Amino acid sequence: MNALSHKTNWRKFQDRLFFWIVCFFSGLTAIPLVVIIWEVIRKGYKQINLNFFAETAPSTLDAMLAKNVGEIIPGGIANGITGTLLMVVLAAVIAIPVGILGGIYLAEKPKTLFSHIVRFLTDLLQGTPSIVIGIIAYAWVVVPLSSYSALAGSVALAIMMLPLIIRSTEETLKMLPTSLKEAGLALGSSYSSVILKVLVPSAFGGLFTGTLLAISRVMGETAPLMLTALGSTAINWDILKPTSAVPLLIWEFYNDPNLIDMIWSSSLFLLLLILVLNIIAKNVARKWKI
Amino acid sequence: MRDYIFKRLLFLCSLLVLLICGGMVYSLVSGAIPAFEKFGFFNFIASTEWDPHPENEQYGALSFITGTILTSFLALVFCLPFSLPVALFTGEYFRGTRAASIIGSVIDLLAGIPSIVYGLWGFYTLRPLMVNLHLSEQGFGILTAAIVLAIMIIPYASSLSSEFISMVPRELKEGAYSLGGTRLDVIRRVIFPISGSGIFASYVLALGRALGETMAVTMLIGNTNLLPTSLTATGNTMASVIANQFGEADGLKLSSLIAIGLLLFLITAIINFIGKMIMKKLN
Repeated sequence: MNALSHKTNWRKFQDRLFFWIVCFFSGLTAIPLVVIIWEVIRKGYKQINLNFFAETAPSTLDAMLAKNVGEIIPGGIANGITGTLLMVVLAAVIAIPVGILGGIYLAEKPKTLFSHIVRFLTDLLQGTPSIVIGIIAYAWVVVPLSSYSALAGSVALAIMMLPLIIRSTEETLKMLPTSLKEAGLALGSSYSSVILKVLVPSAFGGLFTGTLLAISRVMGETAPLMLTALGSTAINWDILKPTSAVPLLIWEFYNDPNLIDMIWSSSLFLLLLILVLNIIAKNVARKWKI
Repeated sequence: MRDYIFKRLLFLCSLLVLLICGGMVYSLVSGAIPAFEKFGFFNFIASTEWDPHPENEQYGALSFITGTILTSFLALVFCLPFSLPVALFTGEYFRGTRAASIIGSVIDLLAGIPSIVYGLWGFYTLRPLMVNLHLSEQGFGILTAAIVLAIMIIPYASSLSSEFISMVPRELKEGAYSLGGTRLDVIRRVIFPISGSGIFASYVLALGRALGETMAVTMLIGNTNLLPTSLTATGNTMASVIANQFGEADGLKLSSLIAIGLLLFLITAIINFIGKMIMKKLN
């Protein structure tokens, strides 16, 4: 009897111990997040002022002079912000219509061989490393135009967004009840108007969330832009010219000892931007839940 | 008529995915052919030589393939003790509670941090730490890159495996409890056997992510074109060598870099395919 209760206690102890180990290690995963965000805020907030958004990246010389007299580095990341805006908007314009229509096709014809192939390739595309997509955009846009350009960067970002949008569209549409579509068709509407005026509006929340998440995913991408957009010291709105982006600027600052102080403020800005997009996406998802 | 055009349009948009993938393979292969022709496909994979001197150009991918595999698998090992507890936390112990949604948000946020910010953090926080612990002289290397990579793939590994853990049928767990099992017994004898292949699949997919990570690894691995000899040695991964040298490359070197891109594409495609196949079998 004694031995039995001893064994039971041992098993109970193991059970408790395992529970606390799980809690402990789960809690530990929050540490990198807190440390990274803390570090970025602590080192970055000083640089953020009006000029940070209004001026272009400083030259090495200006930064060195300012540092020598102990001032904060003049200038900002306006060329990066406008470049990111230009390329992300252009990528969204390319990827959103194609992605949503492609997703509708997969949801409408889920079982055909062609759909299976497309679905498989969408997954393949989603798993493709961003640097490989950079090579592709280089070969497709940079080489024919013989110049690095914002367009090439947008094409790379669009290829990365496409699978995310297709899959989220398909998943959202699959959750809609069939009766919705049947009701529309029974009222005599055409196939295209049932889809565009009934299904897409009902699925709007899901589509919007998927799109925002896709945008926030590509916004921080650096590697593909290094091979396509290259970077620029001036604000550029011409899609056929080399353009900078916030992550590209961080990479440039990182490689220039005089501009090191700028990396943290730029990272802080980028993190906040992505965070805000994520929060909006989550709230929209909750509000528009089907 | 409108319906006809609309249906064509839907078809064309999904066809575009097919065209992109086809064009991608075509462009990579045609870009890589000069390098493969010069060095031979297998020689290119098996050679560790990377010598860009104009008279005697020699390129081989083995050092980078080794670097990629080393960092990725090491990252997978490092991420296991964190992602598995997180999966159990959100998928079993605290499923559907506030605690789970907090940890879930932490994981989501980790996934949202851009690669380059991870790289900066690794460079300015982790690297000095490695130097202080005398693990490596300058703090760069396979080990440093793998640690940061591990943090980056925790979200991918844990969120998928958490789903598989939470899908284990309630009756089976209740059956085990009724036989007097503790929660640990249920996890070990019921949840792991049932969701095991699902968890395995999510780690395979996380590996696929780790293989292609570029910026953070580029900033931390040390960027030497040599075969890494120890865990603290510097090296290069396939992605980082492309990121580092693509800008100034032309001719044979460019072709060799594209060939490395093709190999990277193939490896990640195979790994992702295996992961998806395991998951498909479960459904």
